[in-house]
Amino acid sequence: MPAAVEFRNVTCVLGGRPILRELSLTIDAGETLVLLGRSGSGKTTALKLINGLLRPDQGAVLVNGTSTTAWDSIRLKRSIGYVIQEGGLFPHFTIARNIGLVPELERWDEPRARARVQELLTTVGLPADFAHRYPRQLSGGQRQRVGVARALAADPAILLLDEPFGALDPVTRSEIQRQFAAIVGQLHKTSVFVTHDLREASRLATRIGLLHNGRLEWIGQPDEFPHATTEEARAFLQCVE
Amino acid sequence: MTRQILELTIEHLLLVSVSSGIAAALGIGLGIALTRRVSLRQFVLSLAGILQTIPSLALLGFLIPIPLIGGIGQKSAIVALVIYALLPILRNTITGILSVDPAVRESAVAMGMTDRQILRMVEIPLAAPTIMAGLRVAIVTTIGTATIAAAIGGGGLGTFIFRGVASVDTTQILAGAVPAAIMAVAAEGVLGWIERKLSPFA
Repeated sequence: MPAAVEFRNVTCVLGGRPILRELSLTIDAGETLVLLGRSGSGKTTALKLINGLLRPDQGAVLVNGTSTTAWDSIRLKRSIGYVIQEGGLFPHFTIARNIGLVPELERWDEPRARARVQELLTTVGLPADFAHRYPRQLSGGQRQRVGVARALAADPAILLLDEPFGALDPVTRSEIQRQFAAIVGQLHKTSVFVTHDLREASRLATRIGLLHNGRLEWIGQPDEFPHATTEEARAFLQCVE
Repeated sequence: MTRQILELTIEHLLLVSVSSGIAAALGIGLGIALTRRVSLRQFVLSLAGILQTIPSLALLGFLIPIPLIGGIGQKSAIVALVIYALLPILRNTITGILSVDPAVRESAVAMGMTDRQILRMVEIPLAAPTIMAGLRVAIVTTIGTATIAAAIGGGGLGTFIFRGVASVDTTQILAGAVPAAIMAVAAEGVLGWIERKLSPFA
């Protein structure tokens, strides 16, 4: 079985500046890989290469063994869940329509889509009557839960999360992190999670990849991270101490 | 006279509806196309801006000798009114679509929406209040501008006004100006209401 995602010597240049350099990395099915790094380290770029929002300038990114450039670009995106900071929810859609977007695009029949929305509201811990509300009527934490539910809607094998909980208050954040870990564990999703928060990384990751100036500087299990000796890893450790 | 006021009001309304309809179709269609073509956008907007600066009487004069779209009568008047109504509609369509939150657009792309779906399901609905504001400005302006149609035999309420000016008859001028003003205020009210209905999410 091919790896869920594989980066083969990937370089990505944006605006004339190399954002990712010669990244090689294999992500196995079912693991939660957290890409840790400061702003501009290339972590979001890595994420966007997986669902084809960006294309590699050198090397290849393989999803289920097929290069993202060989995938039908719409199919690839619909088969990968994507959650971003502040949700990126559609302000003019109800919560139900936001969550049920990919099923709608995939032309699921009404009852099946509606049942799926209800199921997902429960999964992410929101009351069923939220279905008829609009995003602006929800709190930040509730919106992020909707964002997660939307990403899960068509049951994708892979989830991409770009600092999804970054804008939340610490209490809500830790609550939603715990639930997220439970959901991902239960559903056996492969997830790639981007953050600049080492605590969050340690809490959620099965493996942490540390990106610095577009290079993968360190990769390993969360409990090994405190023993990492690279300068950037020490910088991150110092912040938590 | 009452009967004539009614007739000319209807004629005026017809002039306004036809020209606004054409301008809306042209402006919104062209506006959407231009959001996809950065290179042409500035050129077309400048062109529409220049056309709008031509004095209205002069524009009608220019149109008279032009075959097919020009001549004496309603056709020239409609062409001139379309030209004037185009800019606000075009500009607001472009602004409305381009000001959709980039995070929302990116998440639409990431969800696997095609360009057409993004346009239909996300960009147009979110830009609708802005597009509607452009339409409102265009229509209200057209109601006023349409009074000059009478100068080249285009009919409408301007008929009274030109006649009144020629014979220094204030009653005649008012017979044309008052219904036109009422029409403009009513249009402003109705279109403004629709605009607010379209933007409960802003």
